[in-house]
Amino acid sequence: MKSILNVALPKGRLGEKVYAMMEKAGFSCPAIYENNRKLIFENPEKGVRYFWVKPSDVAIYVERGTADIGIVGKDILLEYEPDVYELLDLHIGKCRMAVAAPKGFRDDQRRTLRVATKFSNIAAGYYRSQGRDIDIIHLNGSIEVAPILGLSDVIVDIVETGTTLKENDLEVVQTIVPISARLIANKASYKFQSETIDFVTKSLAEETND
Amino acid sequence: MNLPLDVTEKIAFRLRSIYNQQGYTQYKMSKFEEYDLYARNKDFLLSDNVITFTDLSGKLMALKPDVTLSIVKNSPDDAQNVKKLYYHESVYRVSRNSHAFREIQQVGLEALGNIDDYCILEVLQLAKKSLEQISGDCVLEISHLGLISALTKDLSGQQKAEIFRCVGSKNLHELVAVCADAGVCEEKTALLQALASIGGAPETVLPQVRKLLDGTVDTKPLELLEQLSAVLGNQIRIDFSVVDDIHYYNGIVFKGFVRGVPDAVLSGGQYDKLMRKMNRKSSAIGFAVYMDLLERLEQEEDAYDVDTVLLYADEPIARISAAAKAIADNGKTVAVYRQIPDGLRCREVKTVR
Repeated sequence: MKSILNVALPKGRLGEKVYAMMEKAGFSCPAIYENNRKLIFENPEKGVRYFWVKPSDVAIYVERGTADIGIVGKDILLEYEPDVYELLDLHIGKCRMAVAAPKGFRDDQRRTLRVATKFSNIAAGYYRSQGRDIDIIHLNGSIEVAPILGLSDVIVDIVETGTTLKENDLEVVQTIVPISARLIANKASYKFQSETIDFVTKSLAEETND
Repeated sequence: MNLPLDVTEKIAFRLRSIYNQQGYTQYKMSKFEEYDLYARNKDFLLSDNVITFTDLSGKLMALKPDVTLSIVKNSPDDAQNVKKLYYHESVYRVSRNSHAFREIQQVGLEALGNIDDYCILEVLQLAKKSLEQISGDCVLEISHLGLISALTKDLSGQQKAEIFRCVGSKNLHELVAVCADAGVCEEKTALLQALASIGGAPETVLPQVRKLLDGTVDTKPLELLEQLSAVLGNQIRIDFSVVDDIHYYNGIVFKGFVRGVPDAVLSGGQYDKLMRKMNRKSSAIGFAVYMDLLERLEQEEDAYDVDTVLLYADEPIARISAAAKAIADNGKTVAVYRQIPDGLRCREVKTVR
């Protein structure tokens, strides 16, 4: 019996781009183009099932084996450290994880640095490596507001074009790590579907290099 | 009569009988250990968190989060003979996903002492048999830490750990960057990349690796893998991305998977480095089967809770008891009630006459 390859795609432009790449690799599922609110699409003929999930949840679906493979930003992998295979850097969805602060900010080493972020693990790891004592303020969105209102000194967040920062009078003071989309696989699924997963990895790698 | 055992209990019984048959003796241990044992070997544990309490003499104790450390601590250091033990114990760990402590059933075995190639083979055979008891659709994945260790031997601990992390997640793109930072030459980087990505049946993988290495490192580990795979037969994969903590493990390491469970249900390896840390001269190898993961295996749901519900009113108790016994003597399960409880599913209802 041929098993179905379960693929978790992040909702949004990145997911759509990767679906197009998967389609080119031979894993098409035309139903996905139907304009409806369905989240799961299957093409038994091609042995594939796609589901759209929140980008930050892709790693959970893959780590827990509901999805055999998935597409996820490196930021999520660094933050949650899921136990999965990271098979390919797709070189799309590029941005960077950075420290940003109000223009003209000077770090006063005598005081604990207050850092507002959605990425507590990444921020803690970064400042630990710098030997800097910090106070993490975990926020779920609109991080840019925190230093303006005096809630924090700096923020650690994803920076794509820098427009939002600029509009809020903030600027990048340090890049922590470059971010891009990665193909990940569940370690147990890989043992039973290694041929299919290797084929997907190879096909996506070729398209990425094109 | 079949006992109504659930899937994990059935498997635990079968595993224990296999180990027993192979001459391993059961090792029973206390639920507690002195906390110090775990504090000294924190990295060996799957999770840092341990449930601790102070005993009556003021000593800090812990509910054991691991079995291997206790077995090593309590076994004599005999480098001449081999001590073969198996266990079925509860351990107390923080579940990675729920962020709460859980009691986890673990069945496993350890061989301590003069571990030669035959001992390694025997343990791997038992690991494979254990997986087959869980599901016919299983894979035992074997690696030897010797090859990657040899390629990284001149690097610092931190650099080695980074390389092992990349190899463990088959992350070839980052592996190249980490190797470049650590000053690993291009030839070795290419070998590490190849080792991390290769995986499959021994008859395909091992000749490939032999050709790749071609005199760069000592091929003894490869020879051992070839010998072991020749005896172990099918359902074996060689995959060098199976890496465990290099501060504790050396030599053969392995993981077992069954279809339908998203994590390794079995994990083991040779842990001579842990033995040295605990001042033991002898060697050791062992594995554990994580019974909590097996709950996810599909099992047939019972259609009924009980065969017969026997209803009584104001009959003499001796007659009620005799009626229940008559049904049970026919090999049926019977529940005796005044009225059928809500939600109870039964095949038939009888009343005491």
